[in-house]
Amino acid sequence: MAAIFNEMEGKGGAVREPYARIEEWLRTLSPRDVERALKEAEAIFRRQGITFAVYGDNQASERLIPFDIIPRIFAASEWRKLSAGIEQRVRALNAFIHDLYHRQEILRAGRIPSELIIQNEAFVPEMVGVMAARGIYAHIIGIDIVRVAENEFYVLEDNCRTPSGVSYMLEDREAMMYLFPELFAQQRICPVENYPAMLRQTLESVAPPACKGEPTAVILTPGIHNSAFFEHAFLADEMGVELCEGNDLFVSDGYLYMRTTQEPKRVDVVYRRIDDAFLDPLTFRPDSAIGVPGIFDLYRAGRVTLVNAPGTGIADDKSIYTYIPDVIEFYTGEKPLLKNVPTWRCGDPKQLAYVLDHLPELVVKEVHGSGGYGMLVGPTSSKKDIEDFRARLKARPGNYIAQPTLALSSVPTFTRSGVAPRHVDLRPFVLSGDKVRITPGGLTRVALKKGSLVVNSSQGGGTKDTWVLED
Amino acid sequence: MLGRTASSLYWMSRYMERAENMARLLEVGYRISLMPGAVEGHRDEWRSTLQSAACDFAYDRKHNEITGAKVIQFLIFDEDNPSSIRASIKTARNNGRAVRTALTRDVWESINTTWNELAQVKPSSMTADRLPVFLEWVKQRVMSFRGALLGTMLRNDTYYFSQVGNFLERADNTARILDVKYFILLPKPTDVGSDLDMQQWAQILRSVSAHRSYRWFYRDSKYRPWMISEFLILKEEMPRSLVFSYYWINMALDGLANLYGKRYGCHDLAQDTYQRLKTGNMDDIFQSGLHEFLQDFVSRNARLSASIGMNYNFP
Amino acid sequence: MNLFVRHETHYDYDSPVAYSAQRLHLWPADFASQRTLSWKIEAPGIEKALSYTDGFGNRVHMLTFERASGPMSIIAEGVVNCSDAAGVVRGLPSAAPDAIFLRMTRATAPSAPIRALVEKNLADGPVLEGLHGLMDDIHRKVTYEIGATDAHTTAAEAFADGRGVCQDHAHILIAAARGAGIPARYVTGYLVTGMGASSTAAHAWAEVLVPALGWVGFDPANNKCPTDNYVRVAAGIDASGVAPIRGSRRGGAIERMRVEVRVEIAQQ
Repeated sequence: MAAIFNEMEGKGGAVREPYARIEEWLRTLSPRDVERALKEAEAIFRRQGITFAVYGDNQASERLIPFDIIPRIFAASEWRKLSAGIEQRVRALNAFIHDLYHRQEILRAGRIPSELIIQNEAFVPEMVGVMAARGIYAHIIGIDIVRVAENEFYVLEDNCRTPSGVSYMLEDREAMMYLFPELFAQQRICPVENYPAMLRQTLESVAPPACKGEPTAVILTPGIHNSAFFEHAFLADEMGVELCEGNDLFVSDGYLYMRTTQEPKRVDVVYRRIDDAFLDPLTFRPDSAIGVPGIFDLYRAGRVTLVNAPGTGIADDKSIYTYIPDVIEFYTGEKPLLKNVPTWRCGDPKQLAYVLDHLPELVVKEVHGSGGYGMLVGPTSSKKDIEDFRARLKARPGNYIAQPTLALSSVPTFTRSGVAPRHVDLRPFVLSGDKVRITPGGLTRVALKKGSLVVNSSQGGGTKDTWVLED
Repeated sequence: MLGRTASSLYWMSRYMERAENMARLLEVGYRISLMPGAVEGHRDEWRSTLQSAACDFAYDRKHNEITGAKVIQFLIFDEDNPSSIRASIKTARNNGRAVRTALTRDVWESINTTWNELAQVKPSSMTADRLPVFLEWVKQRVMSFRGALLGTMLRNDTYYFSQVGNFLERADNTARILDVKYFILLPKPTDVGSDLDMQQWAQILRSVSAHRSYRWFYRDSKYRPWMISEFLILKEEMPRSLVFSYYWINMALDGLANLYGKRYGCHDLAQDTYQRLKTGNMDDIFQSGLHEFLQDFVSRNARLSASIGMNYNFP
Repeated sequence: MNLFVRHETHYDYDSPVAYSAQRLHLWPADFASQRTLSWKIEAPGIEKALSYTDGFGNRVHMLTFERASGPMSIIAEGVVNCSDAAGVVRGLPSAAPDAIFLRMTRATAPSAPIRALVEKNLADGPVLEGLHGLMDDIHRKVTYEIGATDAHTTAAEAFADGRGVCQDHAHILIAAARGAGIPARYVTGYLVTGMGASSTAAHAWAEVLVPALGWVGFDPANNKCPTDNYVRVAAGIDASGVAPIRGSRRGGAIERMRVEVRVEIAQQ
């Protein structure tokens, strides 16, 4: 594994420019200051109920995601480059989704094996022919990006279904501004607080053709037991829209309504935070009790807009990931500005052979998994874990992809034994509607265990406030 | 406002109120159990506590004997008992969480803190000596919730639905306590009107935190069943009386009617009950039977709850 | 030939229905060899129902109603002019790329015995001939028997069991065609069984994309390609997507459903 890029210290040990102020500040902080701040931050989060449910863990079914008070910082110039790459990528992803559900030019051109799309579980045939408002299917995309060197960034994966975590991005900033207002007075940090307003603008901009007046948008949640319920409530509150459960919405005479304490109210745009399969028992799983019967028919007929559209998961499927650079070239005619991580497809016998020979140095992921479950991080796994995984891999090679273990960059983080570097990634949130809107920064996730490369909150990762400095 | 939001606000308040009433009932039970007397008497007292809380059937299904420790566990911690303090606060908090966006930060933080702290309390830690402090804490927390609600919520539908839930639950509790205790204390109709053991009668008043205000109000050192009943049913000065509760239910429902410009069946029902209480007198009530009167009241109250749910599209 | 169709679905409930949403695939398509002369759907709320054309070219109706009690009926009725094109379906507008109809679903996944059929009939030689052989094999190996299978039976299960209804026959043929890399789709409709005869059930068959010919219908239940005795209604990946009626309701405890289909040769 290559040397780890420390975002504060850089290569030579001299503090990198974006971190200059923070480094000074860190030196003035006493351990007691830190302890007080961490306690206060936890109290703020706990009181507001900012929790994250961890499946299969009854003891702490509502846990806080640990928050680290040292920010992760980008210079304006770094961010300009990143955001150009991000925008190019989301435009291509939306064009790709549109094409897959229409003429499938990219398949006809032979750039992606047709079978990979047609037989993919994430492909939703019912979406064929849907003309989405403004041609946007994935209105909200979270792109996971890692950094390995000063100028080397990789996209780890795209999240085109219902990416979560944006509430942590916003609350982390709130907490930082509350705890350390002086830091914000000393330098110009791009605000993130207008994300909810931008989200609402985005939702309203994709109102269906049938909506004549002011569009009404709602959030559709599976309910309070969902792991991301806090975020659903938070966004509804911040945007000033209703937070609905399936039961609150119903189709009547070809339009969508919500049940209110007065007359039923028309709904035009549904930011749904429930999975495709549960969205509509008339089209998808008939046993879904959390969906809205008939809502998909309304979507098809242009009576309501679903955000994101069903079937957008085809664009972030791990088996498709390796083709995304081709996808970008195909639809934009440009070279991708952001690189993919080199990836071996285990379904290919030659590539599988290589992967099996190099397991201890690779990261192997399930094609249809998420949340960091069912993956192997070779360098930090025991021999037994590797051998166990080898068996699973051989049994269903098509279900896995492998990547080199990237030397994720590190950022100073408070640990039990003082400030120490910990690995981070970045999930910027990208909104597509009448235009592409990218909040400067995003959610930085940090692996709190020493040496760990797994940043998922379900695996004990934490978060940091992410700063983009203004010029 | 979504029908579900209204429903959640309503039930959030009902369950918070229920938790407070349960704490009071337990305080009374606990007091009695400290008093000298036959063991049998204690058992009866705990049974009547269970009855007042409408938890006796559920308790009997789970336990085959009544002991103070078991009753306390059942009424405080048992999540199988939907009216236990823990279950009530959990349900209230889940309802609040579902409508987090409709609540002010103060209201939410009050209810959330209550749950977070309660979740830390281990059932095994609830020894007799710690019970009073714990019950006091429950009451304080509910009052803090109510204070946050009264002090920070806009006077709109959010507030009205919470208020309706609060007072409907209170009326239900007061009616049931009076019915059960009265029934136990006065087994024979001939005893009606006679002076009885003060200690016993004080319980009813304590169950609704009214033992001092009663004496102040009636300027009488004796507890008289007739007056106690009157105090709890007909006196608008008494903040846990049926008539007081119905005054506020009507205020809240009228608020909704004005806001939405529409009256429904629930308005007539609530108004009718309120008029009966306002113009009622104890002679008539005793004449036709206090028990019957209270039973009728409890079922009217339940009908009102159902009718509100229907009129305002609760899910 | 003009065919008269009347498709009745009657519901009865033990308690009032609070809310009901139903999606109907009850409207025949028009194409080169089929023209709808008259058609209507009678149902409560049909005049306000949402109607649209989906990606497979099907005309869909979304019917909703609130607070109803007593029996409820949905009746589709009309006259369709059909001509015999030897099963070839031309001029049907559909947004779906042909490749979509290679998608394997739970209902159409080929088992080893079905793959053996593919091997036997479609390994080499002209595709059209192979498909006829395939249809013939399925017709002989799977006996028509009502009640042996249900709406969720897969092609593999029905083929193993050797019994089934038109849905199963169609699924098996689709599984085999897709197994051979040939796009195939599931089709619903009606069939009148002979001159002057009437029919009592909705029907289903398969359409397969034959090189040079385009989409061609194969009805393995009757071992023939659709003629002017067939009215084609809707097409999809498999039966689950094109059920004539798929509904969801709140309230309305026990539901009794009765279906009656009448297909007759219309007076001309």
